[in-house]
Amino acid sequence: MLGETEPQWLSEEVKTGTTIIAIEFNGGVVLGSDSRVSAGESVVNRVMNKLSPLHDKIYCALSGSAADAQTIAEAVNYQLDVHSMEIGEDPKVRSAATLVKNISYKYKEELSAHLIVAGWDRKDGGQVFATMKGLLTRQPFAVGGSGSSYVYGFVDAEYRKGMSREECQQFVVNTLALAMNRDGSSGGVAYLVTIDEHNTEEKVILGNDLPTFFDQ
Amino acid sequence: MEKHYTDSKVKGVSTGTTILAAIFDGGVVIGSDSRASIGGEYVSSKTINKVIQVHDRIFCCMAGSLADAQAVIKSAKSHLSFHSVQMESPPLVIAAASILKELCYKNKDELQAGFLTAGWDGKKGPQVYVVSLGGMLISQQVTIGGSGSTYIYGYVDAKYKPNMTREECLQFATNALALAMGRDNVSGGVAHLVVITEKGVEHVVVPGDKLPRFNDE
Repeated sequence: MLGETEPQWLSEEVKTGTTIIAIEFNGGVVLGSDSRVSAGESVVNRVMNKLSPLHDKIYCALSGSAADAQTIAEAVNYQLDVHSMEIGEDPKVRSAATLVKNISYKYKEELSAHLIVAGWDRKDGGQVFATMKGLLTRQPFAVGGSGSSYVYGFVDAEYRKGMSREECQQFVVNTLALAMNRDGSSGGVAYLVTIDEHNTEEKVILGNDLPTFFDQ
Repeated sequence: MEKHYTDSKVKGVSTGTTILAAIFDGGVVIGSDSRASIGGEYVSSKTINKVIQVHDRIFCCMAGSLADAQAVIKSAKSHLSFHSVQMESPPLVIAAASILKELCYKNKDELQAGFLTAGWDGKKGPQVYVVSLGGMLISQQVTIGGSGSTYIYGYVDAKYKPNMTREECLQFATNALALAMGRDNVSGGVAHLVVITEKGVEHVVVPGDKLPRFNDE
């Protein structure tokens, strides 16, 4: 047909539009993400798990350019393995976050990805670090990605200190569901990872099991 | 970097405000913040009222270019009062919204203004209408607008319930505005709220220090 343009996914950069969130509870952390990867207006992967392991008890959540985020995660995974062998024990969450921050800061002009690093270590328990644009800050919880704008009000209102593990998981699921409803670049299923002293649990919540709200 | 579409230059719309309207059992609440800013750097007014009365039981909130919005509302008010005289009865809320819509649609190339219209009439009771930038008119139970609204979509989706009581709806609206003002640097000041029911109209102003505080403050 005349004038037919090529599909967007051939020319547009692949971004994990995304909504990511991590929250600390007494004894561990919960991380959550959506599963949509978009190239322009096309969804090129609707089931991508954006929660990437950096070590047994340290995960990171990816957002921004998919290639940049994955590359940072892989590089830090390698660096953490080496570091962990050198010190002879499991790495601290702050070490992992610092490695991510170092790459983000050094290459801040070339990269456009934001990773939230969260995990558990023996010294400080559950911790969440935000590393946007090369800053490193520990927070009780962090949200990121394009969908996060829509849920700032919700998380500000609903977050309370001292929530239990189950309350944190529900908080993460609710936040993801709300963001996925409003952000065109977030959607699909919700991935959850809960890390504590004893184990690391990965869970998937399918679309029809997500919470619904008054207009659905 | 992914663009969070709150930058007014990117989207070309809704600058420097948070506006909201919600229906409750027996009436409607419409409200806004009170900050007017120039380019996000200078607050030119801390106490501007963005909730404008266009008839006894019909109020509008404006979003976008304040100059365009004021001009459109002025024209709409005069059309509406003439229409009301002709019909020999108070205007319907949808009439007010349609007049705004006509003006926005016919002049869509020159104007950059959107409106929330809320009110009460004898035919359909409490109603909320949104006239968006290009002139689309839709009716909703709850709606938000302005640059600050981006941050409270999640909160509004989660917390709005149909058929709330007047007090619940006022608390919901105050909380939503406070949360948006907390995150959007071009929204702020006091919260102006108007409660419209069959019986009448009540203005509620919540000054900055009486706004609800959330646990990061």
